[in-house]
Amino acid sequence: MGHILTLERQTLSDTGAGHGGALARLDPRARILGACAFAMVTVVCSWMPVLVAALLMAVGLMWLSRVPVAPTLRRMAAMDSFIIFLLALLPFSVPGDTIFTLWGFAASWQGLALAVEILLTANAVVLALLSLVGTMEPVTLGHALSRLRVPDTLVHLLMFTIRYIDVLRAEYLRLRQAMKMRGFRPSTNWHSYRSFGYLVGMMLVRAIERSERVLGAMKCRGFAGRIPLLETLAYGRSDALFAAGLGAALLALFAAEIAHAAV
Amino acid sequence: MHIVDGALANEVVIGGAALAAGGIALGLRHLPLEKIPAAGVLSASFFVASLIHVPIGPSSVHLIMNGLAGLILGWAAFPALFVGLLLQAVFFGFGGLTVLGVNTVNIALPAVIVYYVCRRGVTRGSPLTAAIWAGFGGALAIALTTALVGLSLMLSGDAFIPAAKLVFFAHIPVMVIEGLLSAAAIYLAAQVKPDLFDAMKGAPS
Repeated sequence: MGHILTLERQTLSDTGAGHGGALARLDPRARILGACAFAMVTVVCSWMPVLVAALLMAVGLMWLSRVPVAPTLRRMAAMDSFIIFLLALLPFSVPGDTIFTLWGFAASWQGLALAVEILLTANAVVLALLSLVGTMEPVTLGHALSRLRVPDTLVHLLMFTIRYIDVLRAEYLRLRQAMKMRGFRPSTNWHSYRSFGYLVGMMLVRAIERSERVLGAMKCRGFAGRIPLLETLAYGRSDALFAAGLGAALLALFAAEIAHAAV
Repeated sequence: MHIVDGALANEVVIGGAALAAGGIALGLRHLPLEKIPAAGVLSASFFVASLIHVPIGPSSVHLIMNGLAGLILGWAAFPALFVGLLLQAVFFGFGGLTVLGVNTVNIALPAVIVYYVCRRGVTRGSPLTAAIWAGFGGALAIALTTALVGLSLMLSGDAFIPAAKLVFFAHIPVMVIEGLLSAAAIYLAAQVKPDLFDAMKGAPS
């Protein structure tokens, strides 16, 4: 499954961050809570038309957020490829009315329906998440979570991780470059695995040494246990409007699901 | 290995979230402010390590290295790996939002178990002994992770049992590779920087 996203595309600064269109002006907290509400409602619902509507809503959010469409859909497809085996097995493992038989195994309509249900739910949630939250600057995500009463220690940990992912990735690429210069070509053998192991070990050693320097520098500047978060977040009228709109849409989805279940 | 939204039963999702919250809270108690830079940088390096693709035959697998994370971070592996999964879900679309708790438990709980089983063997003795214990820990972590993924699927319905079995058997080569790599990584670290394992020490519990 590894070949789907090459390393070149996987840095935090290369994600949808910085886009955001009409959604970018909204309060990050509203976007995070909106994504959570969307996910919960979509996961609870299971009637096919409701899930299709949820997916269309997510596509609408993607359009509103102005994220580049191709990479976003590619990310979604990458996620689908993770679960394709799981879904492909479902028609054969759920008992029900047979569609066709393959090597003596019967595929059922019920199983197919369940597979489609999972596929719709998963894609709708991921698309909404990438559009609403994935378009934030990673640091803004940390600030917003802090304002949402996530424990400070966890937020600090998140901020450090965000800060150092790109630094350590550059470190990794330097080490890989050095290995390549010395004629390393990865393949399936003991030498390759040992070299990759040494690479990971070296990265960890350098990471620890870097963290010692970072702590020293922070102490030198009078670090007293809190990173001040400078961003001021203001919940305004457009946020209330967004919350009301999204809330109404989600309520409608949920009501349709309940009405269908009652019949 | 990532489970997506919509696949699991609601009870499993809620149970996973509660367990993850407990684990993260415990992990944060092991993280005084002095240790935040080390934990953050290590969390970032495990994030980068998970982007490394190792060839296996005609295909390739990406590393997880949760055994190694457990050996070095202990309980702090819970918040550190959670942060990695959160960033992957939000910015790369891997996994999902409501299943974040389940995914965190599936990756971080094996890390903590490996910490308790193998930590003593890795910190005492020669680099070779450390490497053997680390190799065992690396393989054990993946075995436990796939077992937990299978368990979350099975608890959600009998229809997932074939898929759960497939996940487990498909990951046996990954267990071997993670074991070998963890052993090599610790063999190097034990020689180059033996105090690597003290990075998280001295943290009051």
